[in-house]
Amino acid sequence: MSSERYSFSLTTFSPSGKLVQIEYALAAVAAGAPSVGIKASNGVVIATENKHKSILYDEHSVHKVEMITKHIGMVYSGMGPDYRLLVKQARKMAQQYYLVYKEPIPTVQLVQRVATVMQEYTQSGGVRPFGVSLLICGWDNNRPYLFQCDPSGAYFAWKATAMGKNYVNGKTFLEKRYSEELELDDAVHTAILTLKESFEGQMTADNIEVGICDPQGFRRFDPSTVKDFLANIP
Amino acid sequence: MSILAYNGGAMVAMKGENCVAIAADRRFGIQAQTVATNFEKVFEMGPHLFVGLPGLATDTQTVMEKLRFRKNLYELKENRRISPKVFAAMISNMLYEKRFGPFFVEPVVAGLAPDTFEPYICNMDLIGCLNEPSDFVVGGTASAQLYGMCESLWEPNLAPDDLFETISQALINAFDRDAISGWGATVYIVEKDKVTIRNLKTRMD
Repeated sequence: MSSERYSFSLTTFSPSGKLVQIEYALAAVAAGAPSVGIKASNGVVIATENKHKSILYDEHSVHKVEMITKHIGMVYSGMGPDYRLLVKQARKMAQQYYLVYKEPIPTVQLVQRVATVMQEYTQSGGVRPFGVSLLICGWDNNRPYLFQCDPSGAYFAWKATAMGKNYVNGKTFLEKRYSEELELDDAVHTAILTLKESFEGQMTADNIEVGICDPQGFRRFDPSTVKDFLANIP
Repeated sequence: MSILAYNGGAMVAMKGENCVAIAADRRFGIQAQTVATNFEKVFEMGPHLFVGLPGLATDTQTVMEKLRFRKNLYELKENRRISPKVFAAMISNMLYEKRFGPFFVEPVVAGLAPDTFEPYICNMDLIGCLNEPSDFVVGGTASAQLYGMCESLWEPNLAPDDLFETISQALINAFDRDAISGWGATVYIVEKDKVTIRNLKTRMD
C-alpha cells in the first residue's frame, strides 16, 4: 500500500550525530509557558503560568495542573494538546498498575512508564515527538518526588527546577533560593516568586496554577488559596 | 469428577506469632493410582515468601513458572522485594485473565512482609477470588477435612515450634481421611531470620 511507504520514523540522526527533531521539540518546550517544581521537606509543589490572550476567556475551566492518581500530579511546558494525551495515558497506566497489584503506583514507576511512551514517539513511524516537557510530582515511601520528563524520553529527578520560557533564569533563581529544609508553604511561596521573575503583566490568582503533593495526596489549589499566597508577595 | 481432583493433594497455611507456616502432602497420583511420593507443591518465591499450588499437577508447574517470571520482572523493574500481599494480587489478576479457560490450581500464599515482617496468608479459587483470613487457609482435595482439623487445633499467637506441631497434625490427620492425598508431607516454618523445612514421614497406604 502506498500509505505504508512513508511510515518510517521522522526522527533520524543528522551527520553530526544529533536528533534535530528532538532539538526542535525541546525548542517548542522552551517557547512554552514557564512552569516550576520544588521539593520541600514535607511535600512538593508544582506551579505554572496560565495566561490568556483575551479577557473573554473563561478561566478555571481548562487546567494545566492535573491529578494522575491520589498521590501524583503533573504539569507541563509546551503544547497543550500533546499534554492531554500524556495525562490520559498516565492515568490509565496508574490504574492498570493498581488493577494488577492492588497498590498505588510508585511515582518512579509512573515516570518510567510515561518516559517510555515519550521515547516510543521518537522512534516510531508516522509520528512526531511530543512537544512537551512534564513535571511529575508525587508522594510515596514517606517522601516527596519531583521528576522532569523530556520529549526524548529522558527523565531527571530534581530538588527544584524550572522549564519553559526563561527556564535558565528560573533555575538560577531557584539555585539561590533553594534549601533542603524548606517547608511546603515556603516552597509554594518560592515557586510563585520564580514564576514572577519572568512574568509579564500583573500576576493574579486567575493566571497562575499551583498544585501540591504531601502525605494527604495531590491537590490543585483553588483561586482563593492562590490569592492568599499572592497576598504575601510584594 | 473435577479435573482439580485428578492428581490429588492437600495444602494448608497458618499464621503464628511473628511467623507463618505452609505445608503440603507429597503425593502425585493419577486418580487412585499413586505415581510418585516426592512431588513438591510448595515453592519458594523469596526469602520470606512461599506459594502452594494444589490442583492439576501440570498447571501447578506451569503456574509456578509463570509466577516466577512475573515476580522476577517485578523485582527487577521496581528494584525491591515483592510483598506477599502484592504477590497475591498479582496471582489473582493472572488467574482472572484466564476466567473462561482457567488454570486448575487453587493457590495458597504464605509469607512475611519484606519491611515489617508482618505475617500474611491467603488463598484463592482457580479464577483468583482472594480470601485473606486471620487464622488459616486450606486447599486441595482434603480441604474439607483440613477445615475440620484446623478449626479444632489452631489457636492464636502460636510460637514457631507450636505452629509446626499444629500444622503437621492438622495436615496428617486430614489427609489420612482422603484417599488421594498423603504419602509424606513437607512443612515450611517461616520466621524473620530463619526458614525451617521439614519432611514428615506419614502412612504410605
